[in-house]
This record gives sequence, C-alpha cells and structure tokens, in this order.
Amino acid sequence: MKVLVPVKRVIDYNVKIRVNSEKSAVETNNVKMSMNPFDEIAVEEAVRLKEAGLVDEIIIVSIGNKGVQETIRTAFAMGGDRGIHIFNENNTEPLVVAKILKDIVINEKTDLVIMGKQAIDDDANQTGQMLAALLDWPQGTFASKIELNNKELNIIREIDGGLETLNIKLPCIITTDLRLNEPRYASLPNIMKAKKKEIIEILIADTGIDFKNRLEVLKVEEPPVRVGGRKVENVDELINVLKNEVGVI
Amino acid sequence: MSVLVIAESNSKEVDRGTLSTITAAQKISDNISLLVLEDVEEVLQNCKNIKGVTKVISAKGELEGGLAENLAPVIIEAIKDATHILSSAGTFGKNIMPRVAALKDSQQISDVCEIIDQDTFVRPIYAGNALATIKSLDKVKFLTVRATAFQAAETHGGSADIIEGPIAKTNRLSTFVKRDLSESDRPELTAAKIVVSGGRGIGSADNFALLDTLADKLGAAVGASRAAVDAGYVPNDYQVGQTGKVVAPELYIAVGISGAIQHLAGMKDSKVIVAINKDEDAPIFQIADFGLVGDLFQVIPELSEKL
Repeated sequence: MKVLVPVKRVIDYNVKIRVNSEKSAVETNNVKMSMNPFDEIAVEEAVRLKEAGLVDEIIIVSIGNKGVQETIRTAFAMGGDRGIHIFNENNTEPLVVAKILKDIVINEKTDLVIMGKQAIDDDANQTGQMLAALLDWPQGTFASKIELNNKELNIIREIDGGLETLNIKLPCIITTDLRLNEPRYASLPNIMKAKKKEIIEILIADTGIDFKNRLEVLKVEEPPVRVGGRKVENVDELINVLKNEVGVI
Repeated sequence: MSVLVIAESNSKEVDRGTLSTITAAQKISDNISLLVLEDVEEVLQNCKNIKGVTKVISAKGELEGGLAENLAPVIIEAIKDATHILSSAGTFGKNIMPRVAALKDSQQISDVCEIIDQDTFVRPIYAGNALATIKSLDKVKFLTVRATAFQAAETHGGSADIIEGPIAKTNRLSTFVKRDLSESDRPELTAAKIVVSGGRGIGSADNFALLDTLADKLGAAVGASRAAVDAGYVPNDYQVGQTGKVVAPELYIAVGISGAIQHLAGMKDSKVIVAINKDEDAPIFQIADFGLVGDLFQVIPELSEKL
C-alpha cells in the first residue's frame, strides 16, 4: 500500500513572527523555515507503518516555492521515499491544496493520506477534511492513536471534553494531533541518502486546477499587546485586589 | 442575507460556542436558522427559546456520533438559500465544516473573531500572534467562529418555529465506536468564568488536587499548560494554548506556568490574569495583571483556605 503525506513549509515554531512594514503579511524573508510540526508527526506515523510492514511506499508532496524541496528532503531523511513538488510562488489556499492532492491521490492510487491537522502559519485546519470530501472518503481527524488492520483503521481522536474512537474503512484521510507520536531526528546516513531521492516538480499552472485565491487579505496586524500589571506581596493582598479592586471574585 | 448556524448540543442544550456563534450570526443578518443535529425534544425546545434564532431546523435519522460523513449531506440539504453557514470553532465544527465547504466549492474562513461586514472578517493567524482581515469572494460563505470573541446569545426570549429538517443516512465507511469524556462537576473550560491552570511547576498528577480544591472554592474550571499535559499530569482536554483550547474567562489564575508563547495564545484574552510562580523572571509575569512570587505549595493551600 502507498501512503501520501503532504507537508507544508512554515516559519519555524520557535521564531517570534513579525508583520511586514506594508501590513500585508507576516515577514518570511530571512526567517528560519521548517516543516509544519503536525506534518512531521504525519511523516513519522507513515514511517512507523512502513517499518511495521503495513505500508510499502511513502510519497511526500509539498506545494510552494523552491524552498519546499528542502522540506521534502527533511521528510525523506525521516523515511519518505519519493517526492512531488507543486511549484507555486504564492500562497495556496486549503481548497486548492485539497484539489491538487485529490488528483495526486487518484494518479498515484494511494489508499491512505496522513497529514497534519493544521499548519501553524494560517491555522486553517481544513485541508484534510476538504480532501476527504472531494474524494468521498471517510476522515479521521485530530488523531492521537491509530491502529491499521487490513482494510480498516481504528482511530482515537482528540475532541473537546475528551477522546472519541471511530472505526473507518480504507481508503481514508487521517489528520494528526500532537500526541500521535514523537517524530524522530534524522540520522546523518539518512540525511545523506535523502539527497539522492527523487523529487518531481510540477508547475501549479500545469495541474489544470483553478488556483486563483478566493480570499483577499486586506491587512495583517499585530494584536494589541497585553501589558503586565504589578506584583502583589502575599495571598491577603491578592484576595483583596481580586475582591475589591477588580471585583472578579 | 440569511445565516444557517450549525448547532453543537449535548442531548440537553446547545453549547456555549453555539450561543456565541448565534451572536456572531446576528452581525450578518436577522434571518438566522439553527440546524440541530440531535433528534432530542429537550434540545429543540431549548433552541426555540434562544434569542435571535428565527427558525430551528430539526434533522432526523442517523445522527449518532456526529460523524462528518453522515452530517455533511444533511448540512448541505439544509443550506437552501443561506448565504453564510456558521459553526463554532470547537473540534465538532472544525471536523465537519471544511467537509461541507469543499463540497460547496467554497473557501472556508476559520476561527473568525470579528465580523466587519457580510464579506469581511478578522481571524487570528500564527496562533494569534497576528490578526488578518480577510474579504471572501465566495458566494456562499463558510465560517467557524471563535467562541470567546462573541458574547453568548441569551437562552430565553426567543420564539422560533421548529421545522422538520433533512434525514441523515448512514454511510458504510465510518462507524462511531465510543466517546470517553472527562467527567467533572466543574464548569466546562471554555465556558467557565474563572479558570485555574497548572503547569510543569505542579510537579505531579497528585499535586493537581491542590488546584481542584482551589477551583471548587471559586466555582472554576481547571486547565493546564502543554508541559503539564505532556508530563502526564492531566488529560489532553485540559490543555489551554495554541494547540489546545482558547479561553477568555473573567479571571485566569496561572499556577506554576512559565508562560510559553504557545500557552499565552490560549489565554491572553482573559479579562484578569493572575500568575503564581516561584521564578520571579517567568515570562508569565510580563502579561499578568497581578503576580505573586512564591512557592505554590504554600500559596495555593493558603489561598484556598482564605477564600
């Protein structure tokens, strides 16, 4: 069985982001970029399935500028087998991403897609569900545990208030939550091997999909900064300010 | 303009997020239909009374487990001439809404925190470290709404008609097995007026009992930082932060939490923030309204006792 893992290149989660001077976007020039953390978890899960003998090949796909090839190679170093790079200089919206992935799934005849539940840049949390809709496949979103048996999958999902267990049939889409696994660090030999793995590059204009954005970003701003107040000396003073000064208890 | 709000309910009433979503919907149109995806009379009667709702649509059929595969066709059938489809941005809405939006070929807008006009919305990006103002060019718009950004609609004073809605059919692709919800008499984290949260400084699962005592005194919900969840002190649904829940209570008490950006993203809109930490340089003090430097194992019992 082949598994497809889409990965997104985003600003590294440790970087404090800055809005650009035109207030049109978050500055990405000269900023450290990394694989979206939820996508790393997706790659890790796919590699574990392959190590368990349940998956034969892991295809990594990423959409974006030239830089995303580095992200695809990071996924290779973790255990991805080959890559597809859909070249788009501009931002690609989730619905367009889902349409592109749908065509790849059909062309590659994959039965399983594992992907991050959301990217930490636009925080949309949409693409997996949209892809499931377009393929008319079941979806197992926000997975914290999956068990693959034959042609079906048991999944534990993180939901508000607790956990939920579903049983879904393959082919299906899984989106990963934080606690699904802890991604490995790539070893040096695997990083070296990753350089030789194949990446096919396709221009977004050649996919035949209408990739025009539906959302117009009018402006991007930093939120109002919360300013700290003061220190209190002891419990009595704390109770006093909460009761009498701000009246919240 | 007309709005279809997808309700999330618990066999009794809709959740706080749905009530906030109804308030958000009122900023778009006065014509608001509420689609209820549970065939429970009590839920329907409660929905009918919610102020601002003009019509309650009662779905029937295979609704158990709230499976996205079964519910998406129901929502699509209920859309009719609605121009805006809204749900709360909890895990329920996040799971279902994009599936529906994609089938209607619309680019959803997630986590809306402000409605400027019928086409223009503000939403947080980068875990709330930036706010984007976005104009949608789609004819039918799909929005999930950040519950903490809108007041809850009043649960009384409305008199909506209840009409029969679409019938959900089962699919053979997915099956609901079970739901394990954390049992608690305390208020739900995202709806609580006061939240007491613990971080790695709490030190163990057993020590979290200190916070339970304090929370019970205050009628508060208990939350946690990602560090405390990852350390196994409390279940994942306690997590407040970028990858957990977003809360904005009247009072947020952060205990033994250093104040990582990821945590602040989930609580910085709280009205009053109190930080209790033994490290006086902890970043949490930079945003807290009131800080108390001290050993939580002395401070928390004392606080519980004196309240």
